[in-house]
Amino acid sequence: MSFDILEFLQSLVQLNAVGYMREVWSDDMPAWLSEAILDIVVILVICTFNLIIVLGLIWLERKVVARIQDRIGPNRVGGRYGILQSVADATKLLSKEIITPSGADKLAFNLAPLVIVVAALLMWAVIPFAPGVIGTDLNVGLFYVLAISSVSVVPLLLAGWGSNNKYALLGAFRSVAQLVSYEVPMVMALLIPILIAGTMSMQGLVMAQEVWYVLVVPLSALIFLVSALAELGRTPFDLLEAESEIIAGYHIEYSGMKFAMFFLAEFINSLFMAALFTTIYLGGWRGPGAMEYPILGLIYFFIKVFLVYFVFIWIRGTFPRIRIDQLLDFNWKFLVPLTLGLIMVIAVVVKLIPEGTNPWAAAAALFIVNILVGLVALEFVRRYARRQRIEVEEVSISLDKTGDVTEVQSTATVVS
Amino acid sequence: MISDWQFILLFVAIAVIFPGVPILLGTLVGPKRPNPIKQSTYECGIETVGDTWIQFKVQYYIFALVFLVFDVEAVFLFPIAAAFNFLPLFAVFEVILFVVILLVALGFVWRQGALEWF
Amino acid sequence: MTIQQVVFILISLITIISAIVVVTDRNLFRAAVGLMASFLGVAGLYIILEAGFLAVAQLLVYIGAISILVIFAIMMTRRLMQTIESPFNSQPVWGLIGAVLAFLLLALVAIRTWPTAQYPAPSGPVVESSVQQLGALMVSPDAYVVPFEVASVLLLAALIGAVAISRTEGS
Repeated sequence: MSFDILEFLQSLVQLNAVGYMREVWSDDMPAWLSEAILDIVVILVICTFNLIIVLGLIWLERKVVARIQDRIGPNRVGGRYGILQSVADATKLLSKEIITPSGADKLAFNLAPLVIVVAALLMWAVIPFAPGVIGTDLNVGLFYVLAISSVSVVPLLLAGWGSNNKYALLGAFRSVAQLVSYEVPMVMALLIPILIAGTMSMQGLVMAQEVWYVLVVPLSALIFLVSALAELGRTPFDLLEAESEIIAGYHIEYSGMKFAMFFLAEFINSLFMAALFTTIYLGGWRGPGAMEYPILGLIYFFIKVFLVYFVFIWIRGTFPRIRIDQLLDFNWKFLVPLTLGLIMVIAVVVKLIPEGTNPWAAAAALFIVNILVGLVALEFVRRYARRQRIEVEEVSISLDKTGDVTEVQSTATVVS
Repeated sequence: MISDWQFILLFVAIAVIFPGVPILLGTLVGPKRPNPIKQSTYECGIETVGDTWIQFKVQYYIFALVFLVFDVEAVFLFPIAAAFNFLPLFAVFEVILFVVILLVALGFVWRQGALEWF
Repeated sequence: MTIQQVVFILISLITIISAIVVVTDRNLFRAAVGLMASFLGVAGLYIILEAGFLAVAQLLVYIGAISILVIFAIMMTRRLMQTIESPFNSQPVWGLIGAVLAFLLLALVAIRTWPTAQYPAPSGPVVESSVQQLGALMVSPDAYVVPFEVASVLLLAALIGAVAISRTEGS
């Protein structure tokens, strides 16, 4: 087939440019070469898109958080809305001297920023942007995502160790403890959509969502949301980046562009988690007319992703930080048993629903089950809080008896 | 199936360029004025005290270990979940048994107080 | 020389070289990084063998959990600096004999299966839904359900053992 610019533009609108080019080149070059070239083009598109959008995301975050905090945010660089602020920041970071501390392990110190960005980008290879538009539809797509996010814990250790700095190492350990702990509920929560859909492939999960999974298994969506926030190290779980607590954690000794890479990786990861939540729970690119006109699918996808990302920013601007022991307690003593219990209950319920019932009816049944499990969990929390409150009151009563005028120590997270 | 993974391999090769180029640019563009003060390790502005060695709390190890156990559990549960629609009702009980044993493990660790941070 | 052969040689080289680094490097942290690289190589080999699920499981468990555990364990028991011992042990002769025997054993297995092994593997319905087949096999009473349940007991035992040991040391 010969190349026709009009047909090419048409294939672009139908989001089938890759298929079109494959056909055009099928006569001239062997299949593996055209595949390789098209793959490279797609990869370049994905990576460049990510890098550019991160600049926009940084600006968005600063503006939205500012508004939530009743101030304006950047409004000088690039006009009234400070649009070019991130570009200015990036240029500044580019011009900083890259200092390698003495005694640093060169290999680990330099490898860490590279690996963390590569891991963040790698996850984007399996996100379905529109029907037929996906980097590669691995049959273990979701599992692959979890593995890469597991691997991205390693650069933290590399950075902490390679900096030859006590505080970097300490920060790295604590970060790793947090990330590794919250992997468990995230992995388990993602088991539930796989259970219902019967496939691990991302495109398959989107296709299986006649009813969005956030309506079918809202508790699983909530658990995933919370653990994703903890994985990203965003507020309310951002203890490890808090300047007042441990200076800057594992990336103390990094300056200039290497530091920028850690920053970049965090934003790429944040957008990715928003995209993952959209794909698994909000039906990805699904929407009215998405199947016939793929471009609509793309638009729906991005609208949903940005909505979720806005929720992330909103949460950041609203909640205070929680302490590291509260964080780990919450994970191991509440989230993990809850998630495992939820898996068992949903496994039983899914088997009990007979084949071929109306998807909406099945969804309603699962929804009700989710709410019930949530209520049971809340009951446990209430009992725990009551026990804590009684303990605290006993302490204060005993203190009063001894005549000490001391304030009541509230080390417990009292939930009323 | 390999053609799917080909994409990933190419992705790794190319994705290395994206952080690599800015870092390279940074090393070329930025000033290079090393002096021993700048390169000394950071300790809140004072001189470092003691070797680079910290008291390693056993807590970190316990958390990593419990994570490992649940990770392996997930590896077992994922294929079963993917095949769930084709499995008989009996499979549900096997899965529940599996999960309950691991919940018992978590409970044991909890009772032993190994999940406390301090 | 097909592309598959080139890729295979590359991945094997990565695996072998990082394995050598693990065994010979004096700096323990470097050795741990080498261990992670060799796990990556093994994952690549799984992919070449068309076992995508296993490759991903390898990444998730070995690199994401076991490497971290190994590094933590090293830091708990040593100061993670250079070791002062030589990386070569004091029994080179027996070591050599053991290595040669292991190599002969592997070569025997390889030669026995050579005429019948095919690459690429003959594709059939197995390849398409291999993950679901794996899941079904794991719970079917005629297949692997008993090892599956025993695995959970094994994990329970491992956790109990580790907590018991670390409690006596720590508390």
